[in-house]
Amino acid sequence: MGTRQLELEVMRYDPEKDEAPHFQTYSVPCNEDWVILDAINYVKDNIDTTLAYRWSCHMMVCGSCGMMVNGEPVLTCKTFVRDLPDKVRIEPLENFPIERDLVVVLDDVMQKLHQVQPYIVRKDDPPEDAEYKQTRGQLMKFKQLTMCINCMCCYAACPQYGLNKDFIGPAALALAHRYNLDNRDQGKSDRLDILADHNGVWECSFVGACSEVCPKHVDPAAAIQQMKVDGAVEFWKQRLGIPGDKS
Amino acid sequence: MEHIKADVVIVGAGGAGLRAAIAVAETDPELKVALISKVYPMRSHTCAAEGGAAGVKGADDSLEMHFNDTVGGGDWLCDQDVVEHFVEQAPRELMQLEHWGCPWSREEDGSVAVRPFGGMKKKRTWYAADKSGFHILHTLFQTSLQFPSIKRYDEYFALDLLQLEGKCRGVVAMEMRSGRFFQFDSPVVIMATGGGGQVFPFTTNGAVKTGDGMAMAYRAGVPLKDMEFVQYHPTGLPGTGILLTEGCRGEGGILVNKDGRRYLQDYGMGPESPIGEPVLKTMELGPRDRLSQAFWHEHKKGNTVETPWGHCVMLDMRHLGENKILERLPLVHELAHAYVGVDMIKDPVPVRPVIHFMMGGIDANGKGEAPMPGLFAIGETACSGLHGANRLGSNSLTDLLVSGKRSAQAAIAYAQVTDLTSGEDDLKAQAEGIVAGVRELLQQSGGDESISGIRREMRTALEEGAGIYRDEEGARMACDKVAELRQRYQDIEINDKSNVFNTDLLSALELRNLLDVAETVTQASLERRESRGAHQRLDHTERDDVNFLKHSLCYRESEGRPRVEWSEVTITRSQPGTRDYSGGKK
Amino acid sequence: MSRRPYVREMSKTTWYMRNGRYRVYVLRELSSFLVAFYTFLVIYALSVLAAGSAVQWNSFLASQQGVGMIIFHGLALLYFLFYQTFPWFKLAPKAMPIQVGENKVADSKIIGAHYVAWIVVTAFIFWLAGVI
Repeated sequence: MGTRQLELEVMRYDPEKDEAPHFQTYSVPCNEDWVILDAINYVKDNIDTTLAYRWSCHMMVCGSCGMMVNGEPVLTCKTFVRDLPDKVRIEPLENFPIERDLVVVLDDVMQKLHQVQPYIVRKDDPPEDAEYKQTRGQLMKFKQLTMCINCMCCYAACPQYGLNKDFIGPAALALAHRYNLDNRDQGKSDRLDILADHNGVWECSFVGACSEVCPKHVDPAAAIQQMKVDGAVEFWKQRLGIPGDKS
Repeated sequence: MEHIKADVVIVGAGGAGLRAAIAVAETDPELKVALISKVYPMRSHTCAAEGGAAGVKGADDSLEMHFNDTVGGGDWLCDQDVVEHFVEQAPRELMQLEHWGCPWSREEDGSVAVRPFGGMKKKRTWYAADKSGFHILHTLFQTSLQFPSIKRYDEYFALDLLQLEGKCRGVVAMEMRSGRFFQFDSPVVIMATGGGGQVFPFTTNGAVKTGDGMAMAYRAGVPLKDMEFVQYHPTGLPGTGILLTEGCRGEGGILVNKDGRRYLQDYGMGPESPIGEPVLKTMELGPRDRLSQAFWHEHKKGNTVETPWGHCVMLDMRHLGENKILERLPLVHELAHAYVGVDMIKDPVPVRPVIHFMMGGIDANGKGEAPMPGLFAIGETACSGLHGANRLGSNSLTDLLVSGKRSAQAAIAYAQVTDLTSGEDDLKAQAEGIVAGVRELLQQSGGDESISGIRREMRTALEEGAGIYRDEEGARMACDKVAELRQRYQDIEINDKSNVFNTDLLSALELRNLLDVAETVTQASLERRESRGAHQRLDHTERDDVNFLKHSLCYRESEGRPRVEWSEVTITRSQPGTRDYSGGKK
Repeated sequence: MSRRPYVREMSKTTWYMRNGRYRVYVLRELSSFLVAFYTFLVIYALSVLAAGSAVQWNSFLASQQGVGMIIFHGLALLYFLFYQTFPWFKLAPKAMPIQVGENKVADSKIIGAHYVAWIVVTAFIFWLAGVI
């Protein structure tokens, strides 16, 4: 299998030594079937053991290895060397503080995931020894939204989040919508205050970048627009005294 | 060093750890749970499980049949009391996940669907397309967020256990982003750290699976049980080792050699079943150990296909059609396309066996209790005797739930009767000793061994000496090699001296754990002189129930190789018999 | 304390220069100036009409029929088409997905329906205006 020499320009930042991040270049002999993560692992194992980054599954599902590659937020395990030029710039995800090298601080988004109450809320007990019935059609309504791996690429792509860190943001809003759409859930009204807040869905101006970069095709932008439509309908229903939908 | 007091400490926030944490929080919201993990919960390797979770569902199925499949699949090395409890609780736990919102795939009528799986007599594998583990993990993580008594310590690396008078009393961990050390005081530590597949070079296991919990327990004097039993999954993608779920075959995929022959019929799993109509518990739906061994023989006979990534057989799913593949197997379809450039709708995919799962682990009983009071172990990191010599596909996801919940209940009961007031000075001294060891490792310089170098040699040694087939000489050489590497580890050089997210240091600590695990795998492989389940010896080809219907227990010795002892297998109702995967034709 | 996370602030004034995606977005948003312009134009036209002077009305109509204004209206139309109409129709299935039973209605059908509706409405206005 053919190899190709790649120049990796990697952003480095050691808070105990560096005032600000800088770039370091590594020349890596890459197999043509490698992903960028393989090239980074090569650096770690053979050239510079001090390089810090997160990774685990190498199969697009754990969500650890999101980074900026030539300016785009991507999973490095899903970004193939064969699709890249000879010079590749690797940076930590945009819009997040840099902890060290390619590792970013995720506290803010972790908190936001928590905030939207991403779990089934019921006012009654579940059926005994039986499932809630859910047709394939009902499952289909929210299935795509369950695919989010929390890689945070959408936050790195979102200018709205870049400008206003209080914005709940794409993945967390999509997750809220996932539960709102689940016929087993009755928590929609509980989530309303957070979602309808000015830092909720209305802070989104539909740039659509989140959906374009999403490696799992979750389409958070669509979810947010649907919530806006939902919110507007609910608003008028309340004004006109029409009873709302579930709960 | 900072002190944190908790009623229950759980190390590992994958499926098992999260399930245990929720069980504690639901049972008693007053109990403080400290959930420590070296990665964010969503990164845990549970997310990579694809096929599904087993639990009796259909009216034509029974607990008895699930029991028999599991015990036979485990080549009668299973502790049958554990299996009995497991099959009984399995449907309940899977239903609980449904109530928590797991997006299980559905039947026409809105009930949860089940699919066929290897070694199972009935369809009983609950699935969420081919991302079952991912959905289970995220459902558990999201569900756990509603319990304020669960305090997470994400990206904290657990170093070693604390003990007093033979009882477990907590753990020391390092916050990865600051390099600060924390002493967690608790009467109970539940280990849920997963397996150690990273001791092998070619594995489905993610980088995080370095056997940390097994090694911590081992260093604390707790034996590791049945470590020779390491499962090869028959269908990994060549090159990367990425898993193609058993669901591929459950849905009807077939395995063929270079001549297009469904070779499994030549290895006691025939006669051939009709293409596209898989027959349960035969041919492609045989157990994983048998399928992987059949590959080895085909390779020896020269019947495999040569690919740029080495020798393979072909997994043919073309007859399933586009709709079924995209609906039920979307992830593997994408993975095969991305990593080996094959569209499985149009072409067969090259596959080969790949290290997947450790049946062995921390010696524990069905409640998760390890021989050291206060220490519990669950999930892949434990060996409760559930899986025996070979795990059936889809039993392990269910085990996370069943063992997670059961251990939580046992742990609560234990915590309530345990006195925590004594020995604080002693524990503090221990903790300081552990921290001093890490600081010393970090500061030492002038070493001429590299982490990646030792890791590479260890993996090669394990593959050569403890692969699909083993023998006395190979196993002995692997033991020697691991012992040599343990010596050389003393001279490793850590270039990164930083306190902040020092992955160089973390790799060194993980390598130490890997070497501990490797030592037990090779030693147990050497000393089990029979062939059973996933442990196949070329020089002892038969199962030997007279001498080896026993669990192996590896104890750490302060000097030299581990000591292997043997313990009885619990048999309640199924006497060792013949494993029949002929589909009832024999 | 050894941690010192480094924050890369996003420029409040030049952030949209970062990539092509943002630039397209900003161009889309800039069309709001044209919306404002046409709003004022309609209000002005209505006020002239309300004043009841045929001379003023005719001179207003004449002002809109000069070569410069025709070119301006033409460019504005193109701008709206490319930065509002086409993208918005393309996004419509995202904001308003329709599901029948297990299956989502194909994006192309929802988009197609929007174009059909657009043509019908345009034809109706042309009919009202006496163009057709």
